[in-house]
Amino acid sequence: MEDMLFYDRMQFAFTITFHYLFPQLTMGLSLMIVYFKWKFLRTKIDTYNDAAKFWMKIFALNFAMGVVTGIPMEFQFGTNWAKFSELTGGIIGQTLAMEGMFSFFLESSFLGLFLFGEKLLGQKLHFLTGFLVFLGSWASGYLIIATHSWMQYPVGYEILENGRYVLTNFSALFSNPWLMPAFLHNQMGSVVTSSFVVAGIGAFYLLNDKHSNFGKLFVKTGVIFGLISSVLLAFPTGDWMAKNVAEHQPVTFAAMEGIFETEEGGAEIILIGQPDMENKKLDNKIAVPNVLSFLTYQRWDAQVKGLNEFDESVHPTNVPGLYYAYHIMVGLGTIFIGLMLLASIQLYRKKLYTTKWILWILLFMLPFPYIANTTGWYTAELGRQPWLVYDLLRTADGISPTVSSGNTLFTLLGFIGLYLLLGLLFLMLAGKIINKGPETSKLN
Amino acid sequence: MELFWYIVLMTMLTIYVILDGYDFGAGIIHLFFAKTEKDKKAITNAIGPFWDANEVWLIAVGGVLFFAFPTLYASSFSGFYLPLMLILWLLIFRAIGLELRGQIKNKMWEAIWDKAFGIASLLLALFFGVALGNVVRGVNLGMVTDGVSAHEAHYFFLPLWNPSFSPTAEHLGVIDWFTLLLGVVGVVALAIHGANWIIFKTHSDLNQKLKKVVFNLNIILVVLVIISLLVWHVIEPKPFHNFMENPWMWIFPIIAFTGLFGLFKVKTFKKDGLGFLFSSLFLFGGLTSTVASIFPKVLPSTNSVNPSLTLYNVAAHEYGLTVGVYWFVIAAILVGVYMFVQYRVFRGKMDDVGYGDH
Repeated sequence: MEDMLFYDRMQFAFTITFHYLFPQLTMGLSLMIVYFKWKFLRTKIDTYNDAAKFWMKIFALNFAMGVVTGIPMEFQFGTNWAKFSELTGGIIGQTLAMEGMFSFFLESSFLGLFLFGEKLLGQKLHFLTGFLVFLGSWASGYLIIATHSWMQYPVGYEILENGRYVLTNFSALFSNPWLMPAFLHNQMGSVVTSSFVVAGIGAFYLLNDKHSNFGKLFVKTGVIFGLISSVLLAFPTGDWMAKNVAEHQPVTFAAMEGIFETEEGGAEIILIGQPDMENKKLDNKIAVPNVLSFLTYQRWDAQVKGLNEFDESVHPTNVPGLYYAYHIMVGLGTIFIGLMLLASIQLYRKKLYTTKWILWILLFMLPFPYIANTTGWYTAELGRQPWLVYDLLRTADGISPTVSSGNTLFTLLGFIGLYLLLGLLFLMLAGKIINKGPETSKLN
Repeated sequence: MELFWYIVLMTMLTIYVILDGYDFGAGIIHLFFAKTEKDKKAITNAIGPFWDANEVWLIAVGGVLFFAFPTLYASSFSGFYLPLMLILWLLIFRAIGLELRGQIKNKMWEAIWDKAFGIASLLLALFFGVALGNVVRGVNLGMVTDGVSAHEAHYFFLPLWNPSFSPTAEHLGVIDWFTLLLGVVGVVALAIHGANWIIFKTHSDLNQKLKKVVFNLNIILVVLVIISLLVWHVIEPKPFHNFMENPWMWIFPIIAFTGLFGLFKVKTFKKDGLGFLFSSLFLFGGLTSTVASIFPKVLPSTNSVNPSLTLYNVAAHEYGLTVGVYWFVIAAILVGVYMFVQYRVFRGKMDDVGYGDH
């Protein structure tokens, strides 16, 4: 039984982590492509259109990876989490079915048109198809986060005698207080990833003295989008999320902040330190007194409950994992704001394209938003444990009753092998597109 | 309400089979009949802008199944764990085969992804046929041994095959001689369907040859269909019971046979789209006849301890199903618009669109 739960969780964690490397770029990148295309329509400068078409190639590759790794996600609810699906399918099935009907059809139909239809459609309609692809990908994010929000903070339901969850209020799924902060936070995270990728590739071109006019455009666009999104990521959306967790999942909040004991007179914010679960303390911690109380409740002496206040049976299953995930996310998020601020100042002083050390940093920071987004999701998911539906349905009670651990391990190994291949192919092809660079065309 | 969603689900499933079916079929034709680079190009051009959107129908079918019939979704997805995972992996190979082939101009690279696309398409057609066979054959619900259920009444698990390879064994497998027969029917029917799509959407030199292929494969298909009908009583003693009770249901097999025999005229069709129309009729008729024969069951039980799953005992609660109608109708209209736009822009022959050059 323990093995089954472990392999089911590992398979979901592995496949979703790999999957989300792709949508997090495509959601943000679709916004930036729409921006490039819009600038082209306004200015008629070909560089913008060529930029849009270049990023569309990267987008298409990522989109294809996102689709092929996304279908296993929908299937796994049934294959590995059958009991969970049976009990809650009447509710989370709503938002997941809506995602298929409203966003996937929109995205896939118009992506084909956007990729192959520029000549057939003309520029205005071509812009429109790009916009619809953007709309589809953000709608998909919205509906997935609506599903996620219900699991974190269930609303609009009733539990029948046989343990089934039935929907009693459809609109509650969308007025869920968890939904809007989580959605906006997630989308800003996605825009941060795409900004860093666009700026990073731009820096690569500038440092390499190749495609310099595109390099400048990419660095400039990436830095501006990056500054706005990384600030919005922390405030108000991240702050809003943390307050939600503090209010509705106080035990999760204590674990992710690393607060073992409730402290009188205000809680400190932990910057560094490793949780020691045996002795319930942090090793070599660096903390700033009272700041956590202030950030959470706007009072320096507000009380933040520690893990000691809650029964062990409701503690998150993996407290150190949760604590690290959260601290890595916040730490990286802070660095992102600093870097983008610095780059923006240089951009304003018209010195960015020649300040080589910043360009190098922009290039090397390219993978880090992926890490921040991933650890952000780990914070949300590890924070919900040991529950599938918070406070109602335990993770151990949601797995498929008839699928043996041996079969799950078999498919987990299969996914690991297959995704390793996919990852290598992706890097190879993305590298090829980036190395070749944007093509300059004369359309008008 | 259950009946409404059942009809929606079956309609969507049929649309999926007809649409992605021609992609699988094109893959099979690609594997066996495309010799030159020109032939291959014609085939991938014919499905290029469509296959991805076609695959979305599978996701949508899964989504509607999940929300309207959660018990069936949970039971069948966990019970058919292994074949579903294989289908997922094959879908990945089909997709990367199509997407990656054109990215690098190199003979070995192209050969690898040609085979990935072709073999994955072939196996997908086979597995979807096998899946249909499993649904009509039924499964050992509750995993009963000697009259005792090992699990809740609606759960089961099937290995890929059992040693006896028999559809009547107490402990069944996914693949037995009956389901394999339907798998082969699936491969042949979709190969015909895919060939018709290529004829419809291209000016390929391959088209004259494909008309002969369709004709010959159709002879095999008729034979296979007759064999299937002759052995059907092994898994269901009274296969025509529903049709006798509700004579209007005969419309489904009539449509299937119209499609099947219409295809023999493939060599003389004036319009290139007619062949595709007839193979679509066969797929529609064949699929609806099969599910109609077990209605209202959706997954029969092969033991006498636990009842079959029917559309009434696996559905979600009334309120959810009712509220779902509102958003579904809006979404369905939108999907109709998208498909209209998509097929309108890419109407006619696809030879010049240049798929895979991006």
